[in-house]
Amino acid sequence: MDHLYFFLTGLTLFFTFLIFATIFYFMIKYRRRSEQERPPATQQSLPLEISWIAIPSLICVFLFLWGASLFFAAARPPQGAMEIFVVGKQWMWHLQHPEGQREINQLHIPVDVPVRLTMTSEDVIHDFFVPAFRMKMDVLPGRYTSEWFQATKPGSYHLFCAQYCGTLHSGMTGTIEVMTPTDYAQWLRDNASTRSMAESGQELFTRLGCDTCHLADGSGAGPVLQGRFGKQVTLRDGQNLAMDEAYTRQAILDPASLPLPNYRPVMPTFRGQVSEEQILQLIAYIKSLGSGERTQVP
Amino acid sequence: MVTHDSGGHHHPPTSFIRKYIFSTDHKVIGLQYYFLALFSVFLGMALSMLMRIHLVWPSAKMPFTPGGQMTPEQYLALMTMHGSIMVFMVLTTAPQSGFGNYALPIQIGAEDMAFPVLNMLSFWTTLLSLIVLVSAFFVNGGAPISGWTAYPPLSALGQIAGPGQGAGQTLWVVGVAIFCIGSLLGALNFITTTVDLRAKGMTLGRMPLTVWAWLVTAILGLLAFGVLLAACLLLLLDRIAGTSFFIPGGLVVTDTPIVSHTGGSPLLWQHLFWFFGHPEVYIAILPGMGVASHVLSTFSRKPVFGYKAMVGALGAIGFLGFCVWGHHMFISGMSPYSAFAFSLLTMTIGVPSAIKTFNWLGTLWGGRIQFTTAMMFGLGFVSLFVTGGLSGLFLAQPSIDLYLHDTYFVVAHFHLIMGVAAIFGIFAATYFWFPKMFGRMLNETIGKVHFWFTFVGVYSIFMPMHFLGLAGHPRRYADTTGVNFLGPLHSVHYFITLAAMITISAQLIFLFNFFYSMKAGQKASENPWNATTLEWSIPSPPPFDNFAGRIPVVYRGPYEFSVPGATDDYIPQHLTPERVGKAH
Ligand code: HEC
Ligand code: HEM
Ligand SMILES: [Cu+2]
Ligand SMILES: [Cu+2]
Repeated sequence: MDHLYFFLTGLTLFFTFLIFATIFYFMIKYRRRSEQERPPATQQSLPLEISWIAIPSLICVFLFLWGASLFFAAARPPQGAMEIFVVGKQWMWHLQHPEGQREINQLHIPVDVPVRLTMTSEDVIHDFFVPAFRMKMDVLPGRYTSEWFQATKPGSYHLFCAQYCGTLHSGMTGTIEVMTPTDYAQWLRDNASTRSMAESGQELFTRLGCDTCHLADGSGAGPVLQGRFGKQVTLRDGQNLAMDEAYTRQAILDPASLPLPNYRPVMPTFRGQVSEEQILQLIAYIKSLGSGERTQVP
Repeated sequence: MVTHDSGGHHHPPTSFIRKYIFSTDHKVIGLQYYFLALFSVFLGMALSMLMRIHLVWPSAKMPFTPGGQMTPEQYLALMTMHGSIMVFMVLTTAPQSGFGNYALPIQIGAEDMAFPVLNMLSFWTTLLSLIVLVSAFFVNGGAPISGWTAYPPLSALGQIAGPGQGAGQTLWVVGVAIFCIGSLLGALNFITTTVDLRAKGMTLGRMPLTVWAWLVTAILGLLAFGVLLAACLLLLLDRIAGTSFFIPGGLVVTDTPIVSHTGGSPLLWQHLFWFFGHPEVYIAILPGMGVASHVLSTFSRKPVFGYKAMVGALGAIGFLGFCVWGHHMFISGMSPYSAFAFSLLTMTIGVPSAIKTFNWLGTLWGGRIQFTTAMMFGLGFVSLFVTGGLSGLFLAQPSIDLYLHDTYFVVAHFHLIMGVAAIFGIFAATYFWFPKMFGRMLNETIGKVHFWFTFVGVYSIFMPMHFLGLAGHPRRYADTTGVNFLGPLHSVHYFITLAAMITISAQLIFLFNFFYSMKAGQKASENPWNATTLEWSIPSPPPFDNFAGRIPVVYRGPYEFSVPGATDDYIPQHLTPERVGKAH
């Protein structure tokens, strides 16, 4: 991406120079020296016009193809990326590790490991921007966005909020601490949390009574969630959706909008009873059921 | 095409109020718009000066912050109002409604706009919207802080979202909605006038490029402002009637759950807003392109190079302008496939833009260039269009925009291409048409001093902002000193602020020239520039109904300069073929 950037810079300088030089050259060569002076009979040149239509068009197509391939790579996180969950609110960042560590305005990650962020906001729109990683993505209320990066050097990097979010927007900053794998392992141990995200989710699952309907053996009023995450779901109206984070979030907040065939729509909405962070924990728990086995409860 | 019958139904009004205040004369209305923009641009600049001072000396005492330094919300309110006033009240009014109103009817040989009363109404609607907008400063909580783009939920939630988000934000939404109405009325009038009121012989192919530009701009305005009006009304309903077009459910703002709203989409606003917002950039800049073509041709004493390509490019830019709004939303979580589409379409706009640039060079090529101040601002416009436009190529790349979006790079880009370029178009037009409007010449020497200060000044302000952006400096930061990452960039901010102070002060030179020349400038003849279009065939300033009842007939295209065999190096459009070559 930096190569594309430098190429564009070169191109820009070239054209700026070309055009400015031409302007100055024409300005001097063709300045009117006396009132009587007349320009020679006018030239209109079709080949010239065609060439300055065609050349920019070709450059444009070339740039597009190059940029598109880069962007596509940037949009697809690699398999097996480490997951971090982000909740933005006026004016701070809440970050959770799957292992349960929670941080505010600070994120510790290992070097050379792809990291995928799943992000949402509690209030207005924010944006997670780390200049050194060349990436930024809006963090919207009411939906999940994601981005990924892979740090290549240990160190401390700045985190900004780049989507204007109110009074203390400029104070919504933080740091990303990129650590060597051994340091990171040490950090995880030092900050070991009593419960992983999935375990917190499991606790919520019981506390909120989800387990009264979603039983593992299929005898409850709701569908079995074991082994379900990531699969295709067919709704009552025949629509096919993938059960991902956004789907799960919507199922918890607005179950009536996702009616399944063969089930009575009895699931109550949990809007207002769970925070965005808790929803992420529930999702982590449901994800952990993905293999179809129950999670390792301590 | 209907030719105007010149029966005696037009009588000049006699009372002062009918003549200068509630006038239906397009020339007076044009000037009213111009003065509205002039007031607004100085207000907007004053606000930006306060912002620049705060960024460099955060603890400086300001006149309106009794007892202390500027708070972040005051900075953000200034920023919001600066942007809104500049975009709506300056860039949308002066180039189109100001000069368009003044010159378009004369250039096509009409006595007035098609709907003179409607025209008056658009001006008063616009003035009302300015008053409503500015009054936001004086209500409880102050002016809104959500930027000129007013993204919900921040702009939709009311007082709870921050100071200024209560009454101030409501006034902002109402003011902008009223502005949309004024602009819609104006756009209708422009289109009808151009289609219906052209003089005999003024075929489409003989219209000056200024008229083409105003026409395309009016069409853009008609489509874009309708959408913004709808968006503003929806936002207003969200704010005062409890609807949820833009507010998703389940929000918790400063620890208070928002239970009254569910199910809205904040992205809907972004789509609506940018569907207006991108064409708005062209609404600001197209009239400037028309003026640049016109002025470059006149002062190179040469026809416009590639007239048809120029018209085609105007149309293409106008059309493509509606297909690219998504490039403002690359980082809002859109699918990569739509990002590709928007990226390709955006780069496609580069092609008609390149056509225009090269045709401007072609116009200069082999000409006999007269360096009037108008010409210099015309050339300045071309230069800004190039520098501002090329940085757009960077932002059109989603992968690069991921980095640059919402940084100072964008601030630099849009100030150059839309802000300052359009302002240069306004200046070129002012220096060009001032003799016609007031019957006196602007002082050329002072004009050139003004040009050089402004030209060097704006580049010194906005070029360094590219580097801030490349260094990762986000925009809309009220406080740059508290963040240590930004520390090394402080000297750049310092330089920008100094440059801004000098540039803004230099505008007083213009103000002086303007009012001094209006009173005491050298008397202007009918056609001081030896130009060809119809406005130069009538006295300066023109009489009430422009042509004193004798509507001209047009015999040729608008840019007949240096035609071989003719005695003069220009042939006015209204000259009968028999008189060509004789003295006139
Ligand atoms: C009263 C019984 C009941 C309770 C309690 C309940 N659910 Fe459900 N759940 C359902 C039913 C029934 C469905 C099927 C959707 C429908 O048709 O409305 C469902 C669907 C879902 C789905 C979508 C599954 C799919 O495959 O589409 C998820 C995820 C889910 N529930 C999670 C939860 C969570 C988390 C809780 C606790 C916070 C919970 N449910 C509590 C009955 C319940
Ligand atoms: C006198 C020269 C000018 C100076 C010094 C100046 C300065 C500034 C500054 C400091 C900002 C805030 C940047 C930030 O905090 O992110 C800003 C924003 C802005 N300016 Fe200017 N400006 C000038 C002229 C103009 C003009 C002519 C326009 C017309 C288009 C304009 C339109 C805007 C807009 C639309 C914004 C964005 C506001 C927002 O973020 O909501 N400015 N300007
Ligand atoms: Cu923010
Ligand atoms: Cu745009």
